[in-house]
Amino acid sequence: LRKNVEDFTGPRERSDLGFVTFDITADILNGKNASKNKTRLFKYNMVFFLTRIHLQSIFDWNVKQLFLYLSAEYSTKNNALNQVVLWDKIMLRGDNPRLILKDMKSKYFFFDDGNGLKGNRNVTLTLSWNVVPNAGILPLVTGSGHVSVPFPDTYETTKSY
Amino acid sequence: LYYQVLNFAMIVSSALMIWKGLIVVTGSESPIVVVLSGSMEPAFHRGDLLFLTNFHDDPIRAGEIVVFKVEGRDIPIVHRVIKIHEKENGNIKFLTKGDNNEVDDRGLYKEGQNWLEKKDVVGRARGFLPYVGMVTIIMNDYPKFKYALLAVMGAYVLLKRES
Repeated sequence: LRKNVEDFTGPRERSDLGFVTFDITADILNGKNASKNKTRLFKYNMVFFLTRIHLQSIFDWNVKQLFLYLSAEYSTKNNALNQVVLWDKIMLRGDNPRLILKDMKSKYFFFDDGNGLKGNRNVTLTLSWNVVPNAGILPLVTGSGHVSVPFPDTYETTKSY
Repeated sequence: LYYQVLNFAMIVSSALMIWKGLIVVTGSESPIVVVLSGSMEPAFHRGDLLFLTNFHDDPIRAGEIVVFKVEGRDIPIVHRVIKIHEKENGNIKFLTKGDNNEVDDRGLYKEGQNWLEKKDVVGRARGFLPYVGMVTIIMNDYPKFKYALLAVMGAYVLLKRES
């Protein structure tokens, strides 16, 4: 879904606002499996999709927390590269490693800088995470696999806001 | 005494060389910063030390932790990039938010400023050490402590006897 409304969070011109709802299932295995494969399964169905991620042994002795975030990446006429974080979550060491979230709304407004979401077929959603150690290097890892969310060519008329 | 003074000068200039060398190697004017607020908890707490790099060709991407200064203010802020809009020529404007904050940083930017640019960035957080920066915060809040520490260090070096 996409609407064109005044961007009330920042610049006061009309920009495209996108709405995406999604499901996330993350399975973090503190496994003995030595395989380094990260597999992701996506099923894109209407307005939601299911993410299943297997993160092998990410939580080792030096990991304090993971900062997970879902970002949408796309190109528009105005800007060659846009990345917008739609949702994030802090996962502390010791938290339930299986994450099953259904029908989530994006946490942050998906405003484009301009009107580039209209008819944009190539909006890609990827899940990434920042590993925060007890001490040491801060790596940023992007999960393999992604989902494409094509936006329609017409604006949604606002029924109730 | 001449030797002691020379000894002291050597120590000071070596420290300066290492610091300046670090600035060149990382490309950042301030390669080591101390976290001053709790806006990035529970990842970083007040008093943690961060190591930064600021290579010109390093792209700014969503999710990265950047340290930036708002135009006109001297305080570096450590937050995460949540939105970027980059043009083909490399011009980029981006928005940041502290993990522990409810809203994005637009309230912290200059009046009328809605985005940050590359020039506002001091560096990208690459590594971190917990608690170690507390010393700097104590020295800032209690300047007498800072002078006392410097006096002790100076006295130690000057009075140290080589056997």
